Amino acid sequence: MPTPTPCPKNRFMPDSIDPSFRNATIAVLVENEAGILARVVGLFSGRGYNIESLTVAPVDAERRLSRITIVTSGTDMVIEQIKAQLDRLVPVHKVADLTLEGPHLAREMMLIKVVGKGENRMEALRLADAFRARVVDATTESLVFEMTGAGDKLDAFIELMRPIGLAEVTRTGVVAIARGPRSLQS
Amino acid sequence: MSNTQTRNEARTLTGAEIVLQALKDNGVEVIFGYPGGAVLPLYDAIFHQNAIRHILVRHEQAAVHAAEGYARSTGKVGVVLVTSGPGATNAVTGLVDALMDSIPVICLTGQVPTHLIGNDAFQEADTTGITRPATKHNYLVKDITKLAGTVHEAFYVAKSGRPGPVVIDLPKDILIGKGPYTEAPKTEHRSYRPQTEPDPAQIKAAVALLKGAKRPILYAGGGVINAGPEASRLLTEFVRLTGMPCTNTLMGLGAFPASDPQFLGMLGMHGTYEANLAMHGCDVMLNIGARFDDRVTGRLNAFSPNSKKIHADIDPSSINKNVKVDVSIVGDAGAVLKALLECWQADPQPQDRNAMAEWWRQIDQWRAKQCLQYRQEGSIIKPQHAVKRLHEITRELGRDTFITTEVGQHQMWAAQYFGFEKPNRWMTSGGLGTMGYGLPAAMGVQIAHPDALVIDIAGEASILMNIQEMGTLAQYRLPVKIFILNNEYMGMVRQWQELLHGSRYSESYSAALPDFVKLAESFHARGIRVTRAEDLDAGIREMLAIPGPVIADIAVAKDENCFPMIPSGAAHNEMILGAGQSGGVAGVTDEGKVLV
Ligand SMILES: Cc1cc2nc3c(=O)[nH]c(=O)nc-3n(C[C@H](O)[C@H](O)[C@H](O)COP(=O)(O)OP(=O)(O)OC[C@H]3O[C@@H](n4cnc5c(N)ncnc54)[C@H](O)[C@@H]3O)c2cc1C
Ligand SMILES: Cc1ncc(C[n+]2csc(CCOP(=O)(O)OP(=O)(O)O)c2C)c(N)n1
Ligand SMILES: [Mg+2]
Repeated sequence: MPTPTPCPKNRFMPDSIDPSFRNATIAVLVENEAGILARVVGLFSGRGYNIESLTVAPVDAERRLSRITIVTSGTDMVIEQIKAQLDRLVPVHKVADLTLEGPHLAREMMLIKVVGKGENRMEALRLADAFRARVVDATTESLVFEMTGAGDKLDAFIELMRPIGLAEVTRTGVVAIARGPRSLQS
Repeated sequence: MSNTQTRNEARTLTGAEIVLQALKDNGVEVIFGYPGGAVLPLYDAIFHQNAIRHILVRHEQAAVHAAEGYARSTGKVGVVLVTSGPGATNAVTGLVDALMDSIPVICLTGQVPTHLIGNDAFQEADTTGITRPATKHNYLVKDITKLAGTVHEAFYVAKSGRPGPVVIDLPKDILIGKGPYTEAPKTEHRSYRPQTEPDPAQIKAAVALLKGAKRPILYAGGGVINAGPEASRLLTEFVRLTGMPCTNTLMGLGAFPASDPQFLGMLGMHGTYEANLAMHGCDVMLNIGARFDDRVTGRLNAFSPNSKKIHADIDPSSINKNVKVDVSIVGDAGAVLKALLECWQADPQPQDRNAMAEWWRQIDQWRAKQCLQYRQEGSIIKPQHAVKRLHEITRELGRDTFITTEVGQHQMWAAQYFGFEKPNRWMTSGGLGTMGYGLPAAMGVQIAHPDALVIDIAGEASILMNIQEMGTLAQYRLPVKIFILNNEYMGMVRQWQELLHGSRYSESYSAALPDFVKLAESFHARGIRVTRAEDLDAGIREMLAIPGPVIADIAVAKDENCFPMIPSGAAHNEMILGAGQSGGVAGVTDEGKVLV
């Protein structure tokens, strides 16, 4: 599970711990072309930035544009760098720091498998109901739930399933969009 | 390729012909290359034409450095052609070098045919994968209808914004196949449109700070060179108008005339006392086209602690990367300087003349230290003296002179003692620090400027890294002069070992050196060896009088260190001056030792 990233020492001033350390959800509109994901991921690994999650898919009718959503963390200076570094990649159209630019929605989807019988199984179904998780597969000894929501809601559900038979989790990573009329694809 | 067809109608050509036509249409006159199986169709197309000259190097790394030298000395894009697999991997060092120093280069690499990609075919390498972090951008062309457009786009990407290297990977079936030739589009690029014109509000804010400054300094870097000679002219005008002191980075040398009284010399690790103390003590710093490199800033939390900082750069990612600044200006250095000049002249606020006079008095006191002074006594040639005399004698000659360097102490001495009056005359590997850069870069410069005097100031260790290019000099009769400061050591390594590792000279002695005179002769060049200070001038004059390529092997003091020096991890005001004035190595902390 993603544990909160400890605040690292500022890489340029080893003694200072920068209070501006924060999470950022960054949306990137890119040309949908071969190698673009490798460029973005290579940029993060090459420069030592964190990636908490990354999602990507084409978003226009002609499938020429893809949107990448990256959840990362760093000091304000590092996050400004990340944006500038992304923006100077040739196939990148737009970069937005959704966290900074105003209210936004962030959602993640998860499929979660719970294995067990009897009371545990009943408890899993009850909790799933309370969390609005859907049963998408069931056998006599297993259940698969589908659940969409903010990351912390997914985390909470996983924690509840852990003692009663959690077997496997797969998550999409975060997709996010600004609230209101603002649009990245104008 | 027939000329009778009209330009607008799409012509059908082979892929190789499309590439050459696109190069021509982008103004290319020379390419530096080395053939192999995957690029044979291109070499065949080259055989059939005369518009583009091909220079056959002896190693693909050298092809890229030659293209860099060509590009840096002309402002044009340098073009490289190499084969697949080992041809491409050999080029990688050159590509990273060009990336670090923002040099526009296009490297065409051969590739196995598209249907074999991924098959571990003969001489296959994942060139776009390998060069992705080594280039500004790269392309793999899998569709011949996109070939011409890709080449045009590559030129646009290589030279616009912050320049850099671009790779175009060309599978052999694409080179052989037939497709349409399309001309460069007139429309804007879909996604890459760097900002070149600065925001007037930021210019105003900058001028307000500068006008009110009591101790201003202008710190100009390679970006001014990238912006073209007009930017250097505007820089000079601006510095003279404002009365500010000016310092240049290693990459910016020549952007401001070295002989100007307002020039403080280079700053940084081996910069002058006055430049570094002025950076440390200034109240307003204007950075134009420099990137606050660690070799310049020293310890960041002690870097120019009491100044307001203005940073103008064409690449927003250079701003606030290492150093947080107060005013950021995104734009081309030339456009920024023009705007600053206009705004300064229109602004009614007067300067604080008294404070400026006081500032210059302070600077003159720092200058009085004469931090670059050395004593040439006896017969042993001081390396500083060798560079100084080379500069003075070439200046007397009055020929347009271009200097390239290898990497090490000699490079720093060249930067310190060879004064550059004009931009584009100084080619050095700053960001990557690539030994073996200087000779091939000099080749590229000489190709671009056949009548100029081109000198590679070299170390005896570095020169061996691309010595095979002596063959290229001979083949094309390129009269490059290689001026080796031979201290029989990897001097820069030896210096760090002396200062940081208790003088344990582990593996830094240049053992088993060749006889450079014979080496030169075996490559159809001339060799000169000078061992005594009394013979230095004569040796330099002899070298300069020879019409062809020369290696001048100058035996210099073996244990000379390059000063001033800010030890890694130290601050600008913790500089070590020459031996006599040195406070030892107290400045090097454990934290400093881990830095390079
Ligand atoms: C052994 C060794 C010792 C060294 N010691 C020193 C030293 O003492 N002092 C020193 O200065 N360097 C030194 N260097 C070099 C150092 O490593 C850096 O390469 C150099 O300082 C960087 O120069 P720069 O800041 O001018 O940036 P460059 O690398 O030249 O970068 C140019 C900057 O300008 C921007 N730019 C590009 N085009 C434009 C444009 N058209 N308009 C506006 N901006 C533009 C770019 O985005 C970039 O930010 C040394 C190197 C070696 C190998
Ligand atoms: C390709 C490469 N390998 C290693 C280094 C590390 N290095 C920097 S300077 C230097 C010594 C250079 O020796 P020389 O060419 O004789 O120059 P000097 O310092 O003696 O003037 C070395 C090994 C480098 N810069 N580049
Ligand atoms: Mg040496």
